[in-house]
Amino acid sequence: MIAYPARRIAIAIVTLVLASIVVFTMLEIVPGDPARIMLGMNASAEQVAQLRHQMGLDAPLLLRYLHWTGGLLKLDFGQSYTYSVPVIDLVAERMAVSLPLALIALALSTIIAIPVGLYSASRRGGTGDTIAMGTAQLGVAVPNFWFALLLIYLFAVWLHWVPAGGFPGWDAGIGLALKSLALPALALALPQAAILARVARSALIEVLSEDYIRTARAKGIPRRAVLWRHALRNAMIPVLTIMGLQFAFLLAGTIIIENVFYLPGLGRLVFQAINQRDLIVVKSVVMLLVAIVIVVNLLVDLSYALVDPRLRGRP
Amino acid sequence: MSLLEIDNLSLNIGDQPILKDIDISVAPGEIMGLVGESGSGKSLTALTIMQLLPFGAHTTGRVTLGGIDILATDEERMCLLRGKEVGMVFQEPMTALNPLKTIGEQVAEGIRWHNRASRAEAEEQARIMLDRVGLPAEKFPLSRYPHELSGGQRQRVVIAIACALKPKLLIADEPTTALDVVLQVQILDLLRDLVTENRMGLLLISHDLAVVTEMTDRITILRRGEVLEAGKTAETLSRQRHPYTRQLAQASMHVPQRPVSPAQEKNHTPLLVVESLTRDYPGSRTAWLRHGEPLRAVDNVSFSMLAGQSTALVGRSGCGKSTLARMILALDRPSAGTIRFRDETITDKREHELKLARRGMQAVFQDPYGSFDPRQKVERLVTEPLHLLEKAPSRTERRNMAEDALAEVGLIPSDLDKYPHEFSGGQRQRLSIARAIITRPKLVVADEPVSALDVSIRAQILDLLADLNSRLGIAYLFITHDLTVARAITDDVMVMHAGRIVERGATKEILDHPQSEAAQALVAAAPDLHRALARKLQEQG
Repeated sequence: MIAYPARRIAIAIVTLVLASIVVFTMLEIVPGDPARIMLGMNASAEQVAQLRHQMGLDAPLLLRYLHWTGGLLKLDFGQSYTYSVPVIDLVAERMAVSLPLALIALALSTIIAIPVGLYSASRRGGTGDTIAMGTAQLGVAVPNFWFALLLIYLFAVWLHWVPAGGFPGWDAGIGLALKSLALPALALALPQAAILARVARSALIEVLSEDYIRTARAKGIPRRAVLWRHALRNAMIPVLTIMGLQFAFLLAGTIIIENVFYLPGLGRLVFQAINQRDLIVVKSVVMLLVAIVIVVNLLVDLSYALVDPRLRGRP
Repeated sequence: MSLLEIDNLSLNIGDQPILKDIDISVAPGEIMGLVGESGSGKSLTALTIMQLLPFGAHTTGRVTLGGIDILATDEERMCLLRGKEVGMVFQEPMTALNPLKTIGEQVAEGIRWHNRASRAEAEEQARIMLDRVGLPAEKFPLSRYPHELSGGQRQRVVIAIACALKPKLLIADEPTTALDVVLQVQILDLLRDLVTENRMGLLLISHDLAVVTEMTDRITILRRGEVLEAGKTAETLSRQRHPYTRQLAQASMHVPQRPVSPAQEKNHTPLLVVESLTRDYPGSRTAWLRHGEPLRAVDNVSFSMLAGQSTALVGRSGCGKSTLARMILALDRPSAGTIRFRDETITDKREHELKLARRGMQAVFQDPYGSFDPRQKVERLVTEPLHLLEKAPSRTERRNMAEDALAEVGLIPSDLDKYPHEFSGGQRQRLSIARAIITRPKLVVADEPVSALDVSIRAQILDLLADLNSRLGIAYLFITHDLTVARAITDDVMVMHAGRIVERGATKEILDHPQSEAAQALVAAAPDLHRALARKLQEQG
């Protein structure tokens, strides 16, 4: 019972450490001296050297790595070079937009995808299945920013239900904030739902051909009840895997949607930081995203054991 | 009046006729055997009664169960009959249970569904049923999951599910084919007891004439979707009025002609020497970094085989036969002990040093469907072992060698350009034999090579193997739980039990006078058509 989670957690920790080394090294290799960038091209060599010393950039590599990771553990990410505020404040501000957005989008995509997958699998080859999967195909193919523009046109410009962009902040009231996240969440969710529905359908179809489905039918359980009681849970493992990957994407890969809707999210923060060579921000956000992805994947792994008793107690 | 009455049943799937004018009846308390080779329509007859036919199936005729016309019954009413009036047991116990639900849930599910019983009531009944099929509460609580049970135990759960509501008719489709002989006897006994207890009708589907003879009151012989012969079991099988019935009976008792065993006339240098071979598997983890007692799959096994000798390795499932075979084939490393093949020690070699040994020994496996890549042509599949040769053969050489190998197993050169799915099960097993002999090996390890085949095809493959043994002098290590096969084709037998070889000697000697308990159990459980028929003749006069 303990072995499987313990092993997964150990693997997650090791991955995290390795990832931090990679992130740290990558940004060491990237050309561009932060001190020089902060001071501008006119600064003298002494001034630059002095700032480097202040920022601790002249310390040995290993020491800087330990200093950085030690800071990470205390949620001290350092100071942004360009904004001269603690990185954690910048990140927290952006997280307040990106995290709810990702969660709403994931929830929407799951709520849409699972019923569609169930419906299609139970009517495999029928008209309903063909229409649903054709639509899903379209959903996979159409880029989400195009969806976003259509949604803005329909719901913001034409119907005036929600604002076309921007984010008033949570202080403006939960209702208003959620309203401005509704369209971006939908735009993000639809293509993901299309992928998830296809995965759910094919996983269900595979499960429906298993012998134990026939055993259940031979007990006299009607087809639909068999689908819910026996097939769905067995088809959950591939679905959970895809959901884990999607969450990581929804959190960090949303830069285009953030731009379309003028949302102050994490994606835009990284993008700006890269442009301005604000390497400490880049480093911290990348590390944070890596950590989130690893934790989500860990949760997915642990949820496998909840779904599948054969994994419990196995390394 | 009959419980199940099938009149003039025909079944088409798409345009393809599957069943033609079938008549079968089963009375309460009666066991009816349905016999036929694969593809004869046995299973589809069963699925017609259950109305669980695949998409595109079209039936005509009349099937009544307790007076209810099943073909005219809609799906909703059919759900009320399934499980309640008619239950079904399937062939493959390893996959017949939902891996994510406990056995208690799975047995109770039907009871709750049909009787609207509460969870507690249903579980109480499920408990009684599991006790009845031989899974007592102390060792098999309702909270067990299927993966914690062995094949035989799982089949008991499937039977408990099928019989939970005391159906009037039970359909058992090859219920013991996937089990070893000792388990087979236990499961068949259980089915027979359940029939007598509840006056249940049983439709027993099997390709094994001996099993059917032993179990059934009446028998129906099916071939290509038609009933060839039907009647009282003893009468039908002893008179063998229809030539096909005779052919079936003969094929199941077939013993290939083996003129002189090459082992007896040639030299006595050992081909294979196995010394104190042991294989431990780490026990399952009990805590972080701590393992339970290691599992000893093969325990201090020593034996040797002569060139051209055909040896059977028999034992119940899980006794370590396959682990031993894998080590001999150098597919698994022993924990201790050595294996010498043609005076070369193979247990300490690295993979690239094993080429010579691998060329000298090849394998044939049980499942002729699973052992080929469906996207490769036969030429490529059969010539696969040729990379073991010292010098890579040219294209034409490969083709010639493949043609020769195919000729040896009775196939023609044009077969080389086909794909595996174009062959029948027996032909595919010929292909895997061709693949095994293409490097001219001295030893072939055959793991249940005929147990997935129909009796008439089994007879042909046994003939082929016997022929290759005497012509090419290939030695066989024949892994099987089927003593009829061992008797037919081997010179001597090793009986394996719990990782050890407990008895070894001449085949006839051991099968006629087994000494060890393990060997006696195997011999007693082995279905034997002669014996079964004699007993049936006495019973049915």
